[in-house]
Amino acid sequence: MEVKKSTSIRSMEYEDFKNNDYLEDMVRRLNMDGAGIVLGTVDELINWGRSNSLWSLTFGTSCCAIEFMALGAARYDMARFGFEVTRNSPRQADMIMVLGTITHKMAPVLKRLYDQMAEPKYVVAVGGCTISGGPFIKSYHVVNGIDKIIPVDVYIPGCPPRPEAFFYGMMQLQRKIKVERFLGEVNRKEKEE
Amino acid sequence: MEIEKITSIIPEAEISQTGETVVKVPAEKLHQIAETLLNDKENPMDFLRDIVGMDWGEEGLGALYLLESTRTGARIILKAVTADREKALLPTVSDLWKTALIKEREVYDFFGICFLNHPDMRRIFLREDWIGYPMRKDYDMNSNPLRMDNEENADMTDEYFLRPDGTLEGRKNVVFGEDDFVVNIGPQHPSTHGVLRMRTSLDGENIRKIDPILGYIHRGIEKMNESLTYPQTLALTDRLDYLSAHQNRHALCMCIEKAAGIEVPERAQYIRTIMDELQRIDSHLLFYSCLVMDMGGLTPFFYGFREREMILDIFEETTGGRLIQNYNMIGGVQADIHPTFQQKVKDFIKHLRSVIQDYHNIFTSNVIADTRLKGVGVLSKEDAISLGCTGGTGRASGWANDVRKHHPYALYNKVDFKEIVYTEGDSFARYMVRMDEIMESCHIIEQLIDNIPEGEFRAKTKPIIKLPEGVFTSSVETSRGEFDVVLESHGDKVPYRLHYRSTGLPLVHAMDTVCRGAKIADLIAIGGTLDFVIPDIDR
Amino acid sequence: MFLDYYNLSPLLMQIHAFLCSVMPEWLALTLEGLVVGVFILVMYAVLAIILIYMERKVCAAFQCRIGPNRVGGKGGLLQVPADVLKILTKEIISLKHSDHFLYALAPFLVILASILTFSCLPWNKGGEILHMNIGIFFVLAASSIGVLGILLAGWSSNSKYTLIGAVRSGAMIISYELSIGLSVLTMVVMSGAMDIQTIVEGQANGWNIFKGHIPAIMAFIIYLIAGNAEANRGPFDLAEAEQELTAGYHTEYSGMHFGFFYLAEYLNLFITAGIATTLFLGGWMPLHIAGLDGLNMVMDYIPGFVWFIGKTFFIVFLLMWIRWTFPRLRIDQVLTLEWKYLMPLSLVVLLLMTVCKVFGLTF
Repeated sequence: MEVKKSTSIRSMEYEDFKNNDYLEDMVRRLNMDGAGIVLGTVDELINWGRSNSLWSLTFGTSCCAIEFMALGAARYDMARFGFEVTRNSPRQADMIMVLGTITHKMAPVLKRLYDQMAEPKYVVAVGGCTISGGPFIKSYHVVNGIDKIIPVDVYIPGCPPRPEAFFYGMMQLQRKIKVERFLGEVNRKEKEE
Repeated sequence: MEIEKITSIIPEAEISQTGETVVKVPAEKLHQIAETLLNDKENPMDFLRDIVGMDWGEEGLGALYLLESTRTGARIILKAVTADREKALLPTVSDLWKTALIKEREVYDFFGICFLNHPDMRRIFLREDWIGYPMRKDYDMNSNPLRMDNEENADMTDEYFLRPDGTLEGRKNVVFGEDDFVVNIGPQHPSTHGVLRMRTSLDGENIRKIDPILGYIHRGIEKMNESLTYPQTLALTDRLDYLSAHQNRHALCMCIEKAAGIEVPERAQYIRTIMDELQRIDSHLLFYSCLVMDMGGLTPFFYGFREREMILDIFEETTGGRLIQNYNMIGGVQADIHPTFQQKVKDFIKHLRSVIQDYHNIFTSNVIADTRLKGVGVLSKEDAISLGCTGGTGRASGWANDVRKHHPYALYNKVDFKEIVYTEGDSFARYMVRMDEIMESCHIIEQLIDNIPEGEFRAKTKPIIKLPEGVFTSSVETSRGEFDVVLESHGDKVPYRLHYRSTGLPLVHAMDTVCRGAKIADLIAIGGTLDFVIPDIDR
Repeated sequence: MFLDYYNLSPLLMQIHAFLCSVMPEWLALTLEGLVVGVFILVMYAVLAIILIYMERKVCAAFQCRIGPNRVGGKGGLLQVPADVLKILTKEIISLKHSDHFLYALAPFLVILASILTFSCLPWNKGGEILHMNIGIFFVLAASSIGVLGILLAGWSSNSKYTLIGAVRSGAMIISYELSIGLSVLTMVVMSGAMDIQTIVEGQANGWNIFKGHIPAIMAFIIYLIAGNAEANRGPFDLAEAEQELTAGYHTEYSGMHFGFFYLAEYLNLFITAGIATTLFLGGWMPLHIAGLDGLNMVMDYIPGFVWFIGKTFFIVFLLMWIRWTFPRLRIDQVLTLEWKYLMPLSLVVLLLMTVCKVFGLTF
């Protein structure tokens, strides 16, 4: 298993992605016991399918949700990547895109939605509020970062992030999925309670 | 309202005139005085703009009641105080104005002031098991750590009243009974425009009752404001109602400028007015898109967004932000307009006028849309006023409430525009008000865009601003109704209390009245036409 | 007969004879049954993938967008296979407070109904898979099993949303089945046969929609409306009204269970269009215009299954066009439309067709 150096996007080289060392480290650890030829190939096929078919659960709590709608609209058209299928039922979604502030009242709901999702599931934290609390970090009712509640795969900073930043984050998630291992062992562990 | 008039109606009033005129009335006489004002012959104060809870420390807890007469536009602010912090009691005015039903719950939630005879004394924004009242000055910020257990919602609610001998008595009222089929719509639902939750009691497909549960995006902005300097408070207004970001910020800037006596340059006024109207078009286009999507037609959604992106481009060039612009500053605007701004705005309006007919062709004249919207979710004018449904919702019910017309600010008294008023009060009228307002906004911009005067775009201000003592208010017409800022200053560089009137709270409250007897599908369409934004409700 | 170039029957007979000569007949029949079964399933899956891809591209075109174009080259051709792969490896959740047996049974009922109906479609001359003399009646009967699956799914999930979705769907599908039945009956009256192949062959000298003129055109329109409702598609997609009921009756289903509902939805669309093609547009019959013999000769050289698939996809496109243009109806409006307008109208059409037939007014 390896991180693919070539990207299918002409203007975006491998070096342009920010966290290559993190992915390479992940691959190194996964390959420590050697990579199976058959299982590895099947894994790659499955990962290709999963990474290219990320159906998101619509979970817009505030401002970022409007930018997400803009992402779906004609100018940015996330359908090009196959992201456009948004499921409203957590059971059918592959990832939860947390769009906006999570408050104390919402936190149990978010956790519950995450638990309701079927494996494999990924979390994308969008915007300053979900990453750290953002401008509301001092508030008595805002969760300072959703990583306190659920494990996060990709952070997309911004207030709200530009649609281009959304795409960058989604591509990072795709890259991450592509180096996962499905058969043999599980490389995602939920945070111990 | 004139002082003499007030003293003739309320002889026991204490009037303070630092900033706005505030009439302090004894708490036990509040209800009686409110009733007198409501039934006044000349200026019936039939519109309760807002109830602002306050913690005056030594003086006690209390509330400001902002009243307005829809007939004459006269305004008055009442102040009622109760000195007992442990058992703070005020009489309810919810039997006079329906909007008080929900606003008094908000005050109860934040300040722990119990309203006597109010039928539904539950918390509204915070969890039902929340400890303490966060907006009180002595609230311990660490008293409520994050809890991950699911919240239980009571089916019963409390009502408190005084016995003749002065002791407090409680009574239970039923929200949902044993045989109600209650469906939770939200907080994670595609059509609640955010994280609103409505517990909906159904009879088959028909709606029997709606109980909105708010606070899933309550971010404590008002409490945070109390520790921020005035220029810092501006940043949070954009994130209230992010589709009226510009207008919200305009209101707060106006309020601070008024209090500090800062003169805003003419050029800045022009820019602000144009930006406000662009923002309104932006918001109404999004309204169209979302309404159509809520009703199951996906294609028109993309039409609305196509034009909206053009506005965002214009915003981005001048302000640097797409959705949240951070453009208005105290004394003016942050940066001068981009050299191509005027040309782009003119091109955009020309383009919009040519494509707006497409919108009507695909949706307005569609037979399904017609039957889904016409005659559905009727809100009468009396209800609209009593519930405080301002903005397009009120105007669709025949209530002329446009702040731009009745209490003009910025340049609105210099431009010519029509106030769009429909009388049907149904979903279709609410939809048409917004569609017509798009054209009216274009008309306003066209009058201003070529006449922007040369000069400063921002008055010089100090980085730390201290406001004189007193209560200051300002109101603007945002994309979805009247947005008020109520600022109490104690002479510091930070506000003592900064309150925003939520444009959406009365609209969500009206859902129960409007939706009864309608179908679930209508609930979604009505919610779409009422057009609320949840972060603005929860603040 | 001019259509014999592409007749599959002789070929199939020869294969059967050959198999019988090398093995006992029961083994040959079993083998053939297996091959045909696998063939149906593969066709089913491939068509579903094509339809989903088509839906995504068509709606993108209506919405001034591009649609999938990253996965699998410029056209995004591998987008749907990627989705299928993903959904195959997704966890299937079992719910705590649900009726496990019914919960697991429901998606299979839906897909079973869909495959049974699918097998009746006349692909080509001699290319039908299930052939019986009451074919069209069997189609109606088999397609009705689907609603049972939907109701079970809604009921066994133990959720209020799914229950409302399922009840809505049940009320709607059962109502619209009347209109479908009546408009199909109209065409049966016209053709004088219930055998699907006979109906198609009866259209050798003109498609039913031309031969039956006014009543046939009316029946066609009624069939399209009712069929659209039967396939649970917009503006009749109340059962899974996303904006109202999150995902309707299949809210609680994940992984391939949900995949079955998803596949069945698209295949039902194809089946609806396929039956419409068979009944009204001549099935696999080529287009003939009286008097233009040269043209008719050329048309005859195009194989039957191309005609059938072409016509069917044309109707599928029509239905997609409708779906992406109209907003959704409300449940009472849907039922009003059926019981107050479509059903009486289809009765009138049936009567009209009978009168036409009796007095020989059809061509």
